Amino acid sequence: MECQECHERPATLHFSKIVNGNKTEIHVCEYCAKEKGYMGYEDEAYSLHNLLSGLFNFDAGSGFSEQHTSSVPSEKGLTCPKCGMTYQEFARIGKFGCAHCYQTFSDRLNPVFRRVHSGNTTHHGKIPSRIGSGIQQKRKLSEYREQLKQLIANEEFESAAEVRDKIKQLEKDLNRDGEGEEE
Amino acid sequence: MSLQQFMNEAISPWMKEEGPDSDIVMSSRIRLARNFEQVPFPIIADSADLEKVLLFFQKEYEHQSFSNYNDLALVKMRDLKPIEKKVLVEKHLISPHLAENDEEAAALISSNEQVSVMVNEEDHIRIQLYFPGFQLEKALEQAFTFDDWLEERINYAFDEKRGYLTSCPTNVGTGMRASVMMHLPALALTQKINRMIPAISQLGLVVRGIYGEGSEAIGNIFQISNQITLGKSEQDIVQDLRSVVNQLIDQERKARQLLVEQSELQLEDRIFRSYGILQHSRIIESKEAAKCLSDVQLGIDVGYINDISKSILNELMILSQPGFLQHYAKRMLSAKERDVLRASLIRERFKLEI
Ligand SMILES: [Zn+2]
Ligand SMILES: [Zn+2]
Repeated sequence: MECQECHERPATLHFSKIVNGNKTEIHVCEYCAKEKGYMGYEDEAYSLHNLLSGLFNFDAGSGFSEQHTSSVPSEKGLTCPKCGMTYQEFARIGKFGCAHCYQTFSDRLNPVFRRVHSGNTTHHGKIPSRIGSGIQQKRKLSEYREQLKQLIANEEFESAAEVRDKIKQLEKDLNRDGEGEEE
Repeated sequence: MSLQQFMNEAISPWMKEEGPDSDIVMSSRIRLARNFEQVPFPIIADSADLEKVLLFFQKEYEHQSFSNYNDLALVKMRDLKPIEKKVLVEKHLISPHLAENDEEAAALISSNEQVSVMVNEEDHIRIQLYFPGFQLEKALEQAFTFDDWLEERINYAFDEKRGYLTSCPTNVGTGMRASVMMHLPALALTQKINRMIPAISQLGLVVRGIYGEGSEAIGNIFQISNQITLGKSEQDIVQDLRSVVNQLIDQERKARQLLVEQSELQLEDRIFRSYGILQHSRIIESKEAAKCLSDVQLGIDVGYINDISKSILNELMILSQPGFLQHYAKRMLSAKERDVLRASLIRERFKLEI
């Protein structure tokens, strides 16, 4: 697809914009995006950041917010108790004010993340070892369970028994940690 | 200051080492975004909050306790002159955004300029690691080492489901941006790059050229990086990037070979004309300089030019920028004055080699 502004370069940026309630699809190259003010001043002359607010507004205008206004009457006043960022502010600038904002706006984030991260909404990368040892054990546990299924399917019962023991041990550890926290 | 000394400052020491595939891949970079759990993000935090973040690094710096990096220097933005900031930006050691944040913003920079940690940028912490040539895995490994060390001392903003929490939703998850700077003159010359960019963007990667007025990227330099930070592991992201970059390297090599075989004389003529311009011009704009430098670099890589150091493009692209020129001249320069100084510095640089 070619850029709709210069008709010269390929369009590498695609986004929707709401003008007077009408949704318009925009396909431009980086150069024109910058030139026409679709992007502001940016680190490394590029980013989605400024296109994001268009994205949030798109989500708000696509019926998504209506569903929520019925169930949560004070939706418009949704404000992060930690930093004071309102959802409207967040949608306008496209940035969170603090870590707690992720919880505050949690219900509305999946559609946004899906669009920005090719359909993904859940982290699968590194986990800080100190604060995340429990998470790591849980991940390990599901890996072992997967392995166990495979081994049984392949009739490798000796290895399967080993993995089963590992699972038992891990489950024990996890339970003990859990009790520890409650005390 | 002698020119030689200034050159030593213009090009970062790590750039002088030759990395794998360095005829095409100029550099590899990993950047990790991290935040303190209890402190609001810089965009909204008050200066007392940001001062706390800065103080952490100040203390660690005074205790000289950074793991593996005992040669980090702490540079506070409030202590720098505008031109000094500009030079750091042009060397990619800090971002323009950090330079703007000013009061509580700082950077820790290693003496070989391979590691830089930005403090109070858009996120509280941005760890950057550069390697020459194509070495993403190595950069990732070292970035993780530093990250592990920090994580023992800081409660990171982290969530089981969302991963590392960042100010911008485009960085959440791994918080990682992996990127590779590539010189792709043959793909650009044959216009093949234009057909490849859309395909690459469909893989969740971004190709960025620095575009001037035309459709040609300045200096035929392209940056390939991951767009997606959520839902994939760091290793998978690097792997995806690696396979695309490998294909680009392959295609660029083929295109270079074809150019040499099919239009040897035209190619040689183009390269040596550019060489002549760099050696003899008295006024040169940045765009023309970049084009000529790209040609000369190609000339070195295909073996037409043998008497110039291999990283001339990297080096002179940095040197030709306004901040560097003004730092060298020790005063503000008009655009016209910069074009004159640029030409004279490039001429002298080539004289040093011969
Ligand atoms: Zn365009
Ligand atoms: Zn908040």
